Amino acid sequence: MLVPFIPEVGHFALILALMMALVQAVVPLAGAATRRPLWMAYARPMALGQFAFLLVAFASLMASFLLDDFSVAYVANNANSQLPWYYKATAVWGSHEGSMLLWCLMLAGWGCAVAGFSRRLPTGLVARALGVMGLIGSGFLLFVLLTSNPFTRLLPNAPGEGADLNPLLQDIGLIIHPPMLYMGYVGFSVVFAFAIAALLEGRVDAAWTRWARPWTNVAWAFLTVGIALGSWWAYYELGWGGWWFWDPVENASLLPWLAGTALLHSLAVTEKRGSFKSWTVLLAIFTFSLSLLGTFLVRSGVLTSVHAFANDPTRGAFILILLGLTVGGALTLFALRAPRVSQAVTFGWLSRDALLMVNNILLVVMTVTVLLGTLYPLVLDALGLGKVSVGPPYFNALFVPLTALLCLFMGLGPVARWKRMPARELGRRLAVAGLGAVVLAALAPLVYHGRWDPGVSLGLVLAFWLVLSLARDLVDKLRHARSPGAGLRRLTPAYWGMQLGHLGLAVTIVGVTVVSNYNVERNVRMAVGDRVEVAGYTFALRSLGKRRGPNYVADVATLDVSRDGERRFTLHPEKRLYLARRMPMTDVALRPGLLRDLYVAMGEDLGDGAWALRIQYKPFVRWLWLGAALMAAGGVLAVADRRYRRGREASRRNDEVTAS
Amino acid sequence: MKRRLLLLIPLALFAGLAAFLYRGLALDPGGRESALVGREFPAFSLATVADPAVRRDASLLEGEVTLVNVWGAWCPTCREEMPQLLTLAERGVRLVGVDYKDTRDAATDFLTTFGDPFAVNLFDPAGSLGFDLGVYGAPESFLVDRDGIIRYHHTGYIRPEDVEQVILPRVQRWRND
Amino acid sequence: MAQRLIRAVLLVALLGMAAAASATIEVRDFDDPQLARRYTTLTHQLRCPKCQNETIAASASPIAADMRERVAAMLEAGRSDREIQDFLVQRFGEYVLYRPRLSPRTWLLWGGPFLLLVLGGGILAWRVRRRTTPRALDAAERRRLDSLLDREERS
Repeated sequence: MLVPFIPEVGHFALILALMMALVQAVVPLAGAATRRPLWMAYARPMALGQFAFLLVAFASLMASFLLDDFSVAYVANNANSQLPWYYKATAVWGSHEGSMLLWCLMLAGWGCAVAGFSRRLPTGLVARALGVMGLIGSGFLLFVLLTSNPFTRLLPNAPGEGADLNPLLQDIGLIIHPPMLYMGYVGFSVVFAFAIAALLEGRVDAAWTRWARPWTNVAWAFLTVGIALGSWWAYYELGWGGWWFWDPVENASLLPWLAGTALLHSLAVTEKRGSFKSWTVLLAIFTFSLSLLGTFLVRSGVLTSVHAFANDPTRGAFILILLGLTVGGALTLFALRAPRVSQAVTFGWLSRDALLMVNNILLVVMTVTVLLGTLYPLVLDALGLGKVSVGPPYFNALFVPLTALLCLFMGLGPVARWKRMPARELGRRLAVAGLGAVVLAALAPLVYHGRWDPGVSLGLVLAFWLVLSLARDLVDKLRHARSPGAGLRRLTPAYWGMQLGHLGLAVTIVGVTVVSNYNVERNVRMAVGDRVEVAGYTFALRSLGKRRGPNYVADVATLDVSRDGERRFTLHPEKRLYLARRMPMTDVALRPGLLRDLYVAMGEDLGDGAWALRIQYKPFVRWLWLGAALMAAGGVLAVADRRYRRGREASRRNDEVTAS
Repeated sequence: MKRRLLLLIPLALFAGLAAFLYRGLALDPGGRESALVGREFPAFSLATVADPAVRRDASLLEGEVTLVNVWGAWCPTCREEMPQLLTLAERGVRLVGVDYKDTRDAATDFLTTFGDPFAVNLFDPAGSLGFDLGVYGAPESFLVDRDGIIRYHHTGYIRPEDVEQVILPRVQRWRND
Repeated sequence: MAQRLIRAVLLVALLGMAAAASATIEVRDFDDPQLARRYTTLTHQLRCPKCQNETIAASASPIAADMRERVAAMLEAGRSDREIQDFLVQRFGEYVLYRPRLSPRTWLLWGGPFLLLVLGGGILAWRVRRRTTPRALDAAERRRLDSLLDREERS
């Protein structure tokens, strides 16, 4: 019977994956340095092999979960025989060891993809890039095998039952959030690898950026979705209706996103104009370093967070060494090999070049701000200067003005021309958009809420400015075509990707502004028969009951919601007690809508048949995540550009259009 | 040359960051600085566990170096700490207890079972003195000098080694002062 | 090793006392809506000293409940926000403030981003103003150019 040996199969597969990763790391890099095509040819098969064996390892871990094999320590700590099968399958990445395995799997997956989609790239570059990815893979596989092995067994005394998955994780969010997030984190290793390869080759020019752009866009899109999913999940899972807390683990995901956005834009400039070469390489290193730093922060116990994995300084030390070698090595290489002579394309103050540089500067300042706030308590403590806390008030105070500045320049960028843009002309083009934004933003709160709210207007003016300037740019582009239809057809997916991406940000800003200012929340005590009015909706508690789930028992409340005297729908919030861990949890009743969410959470039983309930009216909250979805779609659309699929001819033609 | 130096800046910054992170691994992010060290012991007026009629105040702590221990019968680690407290009492350290968020019966039972090293035991059922001391999880101990100034705040339980290495040296120091 | 064991034991002890892992919903009514608003703001900006990064509004732990009581009582007594914060800082340290107070040790925190912005602006200005004269070709490049031109002419 093979079944008892499945964990061993997984374990051996993991070791074999490490072997392949090591070969993938050493041989192609040596081959590229000594110009041996045979050695360089090792890169692709090793990348495929590494991925294949990691798939086997991953599959065997998942099988152990599905088969309730509690002799595997990791399964015993994170599952339970009463757990529904889909949570058993996804509990694989519910804790440290398994999520590290997922990380390694995805790294190998990206490596495999690079190996497969790079037929037309110069051999040396691909060999070096895959070699670098092999190095990173080896490091992490060593980490897993030496400190975080998911296949450790509890033999001969295997427990009869598992400790159950943390109830907070027993949700669809667990199924999709970590994979999306990791695809993003790990995806930035590709552009990192290409940047290092370019440095190693000694040829830091526009070519490597052309190859790297699609990979970066896709990774960025995944990370956008991952972060949005995390926010959405926290929103309905934690019972608070909050969607971002500036918690260190959340910040750990935002940091590479901010840097990645700067990277996206920098890559575009280097590809089109050949300038910012060193900045782009540095940003590529910076972004992936932040991914690694995030991994370190979340798993080392260095910072306190409700989201953090089980904290272990030994593991933290290992990741720090990995971080040190990877980032230290990359930055040393950068210092040695970065182009010393820049051919300095000159440009004017309001040219697109300058505006994109401003964009990058602002995004980097935002990244450093978040990094500073996250690490500051640690820094002060290490210096013996005591303990401080840095939380949402700090981040909001600094991040909001910076975002406002960013939006201001985002409106100017697409309309400005490369190299030289007279201020008067820019002003002429965008005066209407600017004025329109101010007027609409001033009127909007009056229309929506009946009175003027300066905070709301400030947020909305940014969003309207973005939208109107995008519209202006579109109109300009169509103006010079024979017909609007022909004009539209001439616009490339890359252009639509940009439009969609910027539009997505505007939508998110609307969501954030409205929900932050017009959110209504009431904590009430309700018994059967009581009614409460919140934001025009009347909530009546019809009944209280009990329910039994697969691995929990629950108190259920039934609320009838009516508006304008007419009954609309019923909500069923629950307060659950998960039996294995004896952990109570609130299951929120949510009535989603495009323009508002209604949110009801049960608190405690107050006795006498009354319960504490939190009822919230959250306008436009879905726009937050909708905007993120649009941004991600924009990122992917930009890659669908024919440039990256057909030959050099088509790419030259497209360049002429978009460079206007 | 100047360009090369500029290119080294990112590496230098990273090296600094790595140093802090390495140092961070040895630290405990959950611990906190005590806001009370060097300040006067907060004023209070509480009855004792033994006698509800007797009320004591902060003058209780003047005249002699005292170790004030905040504990509760509901707190499992307080049980583990008792041997160390009894040792300290035997070694001549004056111990004053603050019975935090407890009932008199539970407290008296606890002391009967595990021993009573305290000279006086204040009864703080509402936790008001505990709150003024910034206590958020028993057991916690405060070393108060002769003038009623808090000189040391020991968060968490006193381990056997702490008796010799942490508490007694400080008691000695403030006695000689 | 021993330190970790102690921490683990403490954690178990504290967890045993802590209430649910779920959020706590507290019904507290104020007569004055202004006070209610201040209460919400304050409790969302104060940190629970014991928890893993939670506000006292969110935390279910007993100390957070005590702190909320004090905040409500002080608000009813007419104290200002600053007085309430000072009261809690005196007892629990600056750790309980999510908005770090401006003091020499937090100058870098509050000023850093602004300094960076100025630095960025400086780099931008330097870059825009830089006028490069086209670099003359060196001997090797000149030879290469000549050979390319020859090839052009011949083809």
